[in-house]
Amino acid sequence: MIRCEQLTKYYGSVRALEGVSFSVGAGEVAALLGPNGAGKSTVMRLLTGYVSPTAGRALVGDVDVAERPVTARRQIGYLPEQVSLYPEFTVRRYLGFVGEVKGLARRRRRAAIGRVIEQCGLGEVADRHNGTLSKGYRQRVGLAQALLGDPAVLVLDEPTVGLDPVQAVEMRELIRTLAGCTVLLSTHNLTEASALCSRVIILSHGSLVAADTAAELGRRLEGAGRLVVRIDGPPDAVAQGLSALPGVLGVERGEPDGQAGVRFVVLASNPEPVQRRLAAMAVAAGWTLLEVQVKPPTLEDLFVRLVGSEP
Amino acid sequence: MRSFVALFRKELRSYFGSPPFYFVATAFLAYAGYYFHSDLIYFITFGFGLNIMENFWQILFVDLRLVLIFAVPLLTMRLLAEERRLGTLELLLTYPLRDGAIVAAKLGACLVVVATLLAGTLVYPLLVYHVEPFAFEPLFAAYLGLLLFAGVCASYGLFISSLTDSQVLAGFLTALPLLLLWLLSWNEAAAASGTLPVVRAISLFNHFQPFSVGVIDLRDVFYFLYATGLFVWATLRVLEARQWRGRR
Repeated sequence: MIRCEQLTKYYGSVRALEGVSFSVGAGEVAALLGPNGAGKSTVMRLLTGYVSPTAGRALVGDVDVAERPVTARRQIGYLPEQVSLYPEFTVRRYLGFVGEVKGLARRRRRAAIGRVIEQCGLGEVADRHNGTLSKGYRQRVGLAQALLGDPAVLVLDEPTVGLDPVQAVEMRELIRTLAGCTVLLSTHNLTEASALCSRVIILSHGSLVAADTAAELGRRLEGAGRLVVRIDGPPDAVAQGLSALPGVLGVERGEPDGQAGVRFVVLASNPEPVQRRLAAMAVAAGWTLLEVQVKPPTLEDLFVRLVGSEP
Repeated sequence: MRSFVALFRKELRSYFGSPPFYFVATAFLAYAGYYFHSDLIYFITFGFGLNIMENFWQILFVDLRLVLIFAVPLLTMRLLAEERRLGTLELLLTYPLRDGAIVAAKLGACLVVVATLLAGTLVYPLLVYHVEPFAFEPLFAAYLGLLLFAGVCASYGLFISSLTDSQVLAGFLTALPLLLLWLLSWNEAAAASGTLPVVRAISLFNHFQPFSVGVIDLRDVFYFLYATGLFVWATLRVLEARQWRGRR
């Protein structure tokens, strides 16, 4: 349903995206992951026809977005990262305006507005002005306007960013109900990506580093694992020592939690030998090893391994 | 077409539903009324036996043109600057609408508002006709001229509004050059003698003159339409600049 072929975008001489190719099948929910500046928003803007590619092409269905942007946009519902609404409009009137702009005839528009208000839980604020809504409700209105017209493809740019935990959970639940729709959502939240998406696309510095199903990407880390260790010793020296151990792919230092020692999460290609080396290092340095746990790798581990930084 | 109409109606609703419009409308009609009154007194005092078109209506329409210079920037300053400030422009540009339709809807709505303001001045000819009947036809030319003149000012204002997210700056940068051109159109001392003929040839104020006496010269019509088209084209290029600027 969504196909990007060698998608390249330069803003002047600044490279935003280079040769990115991936596809998302009909009905799939895909996550676009990457650190800040990876090119996630650029991909979304290329798909919505907000900007045109410097090279390559983005297709929605069989429609080349750059060649026929208006036709492509009829099939897309877009929720931008910063949901901006006309403050003087009530929610219902705003949705009416969007429905009209999307070309819905009066009767179909009225039914569609009722449906998205119900679907997005906007019933109690439908007659309030956009300017008076909380961030959570604004995000819901943003999603409601994207859903108007039953688009085949939904492009959601950071749909839960800035929401409190309860609102974020509600938004995720809402996205989960969009069965049948092809969804591409960008997120920093790997738990969210794991929970919602069957396909994961990882970008870094404008290039594609991985695009596959979540299960297939998990297999790439087969044999790898994460060690959760607690060591009583000088934190900087411990972190340095852990990073230098053979077989260690990444080290993350935990925040002080009031307990003895410092907690580290170590991503290892093969946890068992690393565990032995770690114990030997602690003994040799005179540090006390308080806790060691071996856990299966997560999407976060894969991300750190592929991109080399936090999402 | 439905998308265009939706945006056009939304723009009209934004104008007629906002207090600043009523402030602009009140000020416009107050100034227009003042000029009508003072120009009429002047004509009654000194204009016996003279042609009413050339010696009263011409002066009034030239004055109305001046009031438009102040009114139009106040109407155009919010058109795209407000969308930029609110951040709604990105979403608008991802709806099934061409950039041209967005610009046309905004400019069209602004011109409907200007036409509404000008319609308020139709009471003047009706009042004068009631006292002393005269030929109405030349006034059609004058009103057409005012609309064409407003079209250039509005398209220029729309262009300036597309460059910034500050309404105040947009209004200021629209009004200032218009005032400067107006100044140059009658104050010979304000420009170097070499540049004056050039300024006058391209000045929209001089091209309005024939309309004010009831003459429709197709060259002037073409000039106004061309200038409007030029600023619409420039506005579209600014919207297109998102392709390389990478900002909203």
